[in-house]
Amino acid sequence: MSEKSKSNSLLIKGGHLIDPAQNIDAPMDVLLRDGRVAEIAAPGNIRGGAETKFDARGLIVAPGFIDLHVHLREPGQAYKETVATGTAAAAAGGFTSVCCMPNTNPVIDSAEWVSWLLHPDRGALVNVFPLAAATLASRGATLTDFRALHRAGAVAVTDDGKPVLDDKVMRDTLRLSSDLNITVVQHAEDTRATEGCPMHEGPTSFRLGLRGSKASAEADVVERDVQLAQSTGGRLHVAHLSAEGSLTAVRRAKRAKARVTCEVTPHHFTLTDADIRDYDTRYKMNPPLRSASDVEALIAGIADGTVDAIATDHAPHAAYEKNQEFDRAPSGITGLETALGLSITRLHKDRQIPLMRIVELFTSGAARVFDLQARGTLAKGAHGDVTIFDPKKRWTYDAAKSLSKSHNSPFDGWSFTGKVVATIVGGRIVHDAR
Amino acid sequence: MKTPARGSLLSIEHLPTRDINAILKLARRMKPAHPQPLLRGKRVALLFYETSTRTRASFEVAAKSLGAITVLIQTSGSSIEKGESLLDTGYTLSAIGADVIVLRHPNSGAPNLLAQHLDIPVINAGDGMHEHPSQALLDAYTILRHKKKIAGLQVAIIGDIFHSRVARSNIHLLSKLGAKMTLCGPPELVPELATTLVPGLKLARHVEDAVRGADVVMLLRVQKERLAGLKLHAFDYIARYQMTPARLRLAKRDAILMHPGPAIRGMELEGDLADAPQSVIREEVRNGVPVRMAILARAVRKAR
Repeated sequence: MSEKSKSNSLLIKGGHLIDPAQNIDAPMDVLLRDGRVAEIAAPGNIRGGAETKFDARGLIVAPGFIDLHVHLREPGQAYKETVATGTAAAAAGGFTSVCCMPNTNPVIDSAEWVSWLLHPDRGALVNVFPLAAATLASRGATLTDFRALHRAGAVAVTDDGKPVLDDKVMRDTLRLSSDLNITVVQHAEDTRATEGCPMHEGPTSFRLGLRGSKASAEADVVERDVQLAQSTGGRLHVAHLSAEGSLTAVRRAKRAKARVTCEVTPHHFTLTDADIRDYDTRYKMNPPLRSASDVEALIAGIADGTVDAIATDHAPHAAYEKNQEFDRAPSGITGLETALGLSITRLHKDRQIPLMRIVELFTSGAARVFDLQARGTLAKGAHGDVTIFDPKKRWTYDAAKSLSKSHNSPFDGWSFTGKVVATIVGGRIVHDAR
Repeated sequence: MKTPARGSLLSIEHLPTRDINAILKLARRMKPAHPQPLLRGKRVALLFYETSTRTRASFEVAAKSLGAITVLIQTSGSSIEKGESLLDTGYTLSAIGADVIVLRHPNSGAPNLLAQHLDIPVINAGDGMHEHPSQALLDAYTILRHKKKIAGLQVAIIGDIFHSRVARSNIHLLSKLGAKMTLCGPPELVPELATTLVPGLKLARHVEDAVRGADVVMLLRVQKERLAGLKLHAFDYIARYQMTPARLRLAKRDAILMHPGPAIRGMELEGDLADAPQSVIREEVRNGVPVRMAILARAVRKAR
């Protein structure tokens, strides 16, 4: 073995590899070289040296996690988060790739802004895949130039936060997505029915005297979108799916072989509307926390394969913004650093969903949604993005120590089972908690 | 986030029954005509983000009667107009030396927000559709001047319960003290969800069913604009739910008629019924003063 091939190499030894894309769940060593996967082999079977060795005994080695739904807040809201701070939090949470939403100020609706986001000056610590607006300034009227946006690096289009409600605009969007093979991400919410509703409608909203939005305000839009996806052949991805009815619509569409995918957030499979106590705005998010039966439906959808990915909807907000009247406070919570802990604790430990399935939701399942090539797997030649975690390690989250600029997490002080030990992007260790 | 300062009154839901009884007992010792200077040298800030006649005036009279200095801050004419947040307004009042803040606010939970960040007691004088604890306490005080005890009483609550903070506070309080309640109104104003508030609530869609055999008939304001927004006709509401002498006769002979005000004569009750012998509507207003004196005295820990 020559000196040259030894440089830029990292050997992850003694770990247990879980790579759902290759159906591997076994002890394996992984060799990364020049930013790619050079070899995977049974323990001790990789010959030759490596510049660096990583002792992964007792740990799970997985393809790098992909978060399909993150708000990095740049341009325009750097006081909440920046590409640099958001991706640092991502690395700490085990994410090697984040897909960032275009509802910034200004909205990412041009190739120039996509390029700006991807510029090295932004200081990204992990891979950033921007989404671009589906309509100009996300006003829901005129479609953006999908082709140019895609060429500049946008992986999908969405008006996240502002759903495309107009039937014709949504049909045109999906038709174009079909022609160009780009995914359309919909924040499904009939905002005509949810105006002034800061939470889910139920006994808790009645008790707190807050107006409640119905789960049907989400499910009805998903139902419509699914039908439009079927009639146009477009690719639809349902963002942060929270209601049982929405999941039923997606399940039916998948059986009919429609090109429909969906993601679920850790907070929606963990918390319910009844957890909103004393108007704590850290529990205010959109979609809102739903009922216990919705949570059960989401967990069933995660177990049975209907759900394609776990995404965080990481939505940082400054403390002064969250410290307002519940009606006035902005929606959203940070989530990058707690996603794995919540998933292992709530889905694996409490519900016996296999680790293989959980890893799939963070890796190959997510990669498929936006066609992220050579990611979400550690097959030979794939990008050298690796997440190494200890599935049994107990730890407590301290939001004050978060690497995100914002600390608006309802999980502050929560204890989890399952902790990220190292995050490797393109063969380089970007987070190391050994 | 902090635990609310001792003496705060944010809701009836989280107020222990023994505290309810203690406030009612203390209110009976308050003599509005010959008050003790329990709040001498204390500063009470009345922070009102909404218009109010009864609540504001009676808190102010209660505070001043007990010797407090009061300062009234309203939306117009204050920095609230300039965009200062609720929390910053609270910090400002606290820095000026307020010992208690009495808050009326259009958003549910606004008093909780203040109380979670300030070191001084916060008194909820009505927040959004959530609660109006001092109203429920003065209603209980009023009922107890006419009935021996609240446990076992049949109470009919009729009108716009969904939008009513008075209803939520009264339902919690009367439930804690053992009354049996029937809620009545059209589904738009009294949804099925309302019955989840406390155990044992009954729902009636016919006002006669709610009133029959009641010891207390409690009416709530029904706003015409709200009916229009829900596509309900005022005419239909009046025909089906308005309190009339004939309907009130279905209640017990010694039943009392209550209304937190402002009453819309000709809407939720027939014009002159507010002045009928069974009506205790003006007495409720009068009782607001000693009850709020007790709430303020408790807030500054001058009395327990």
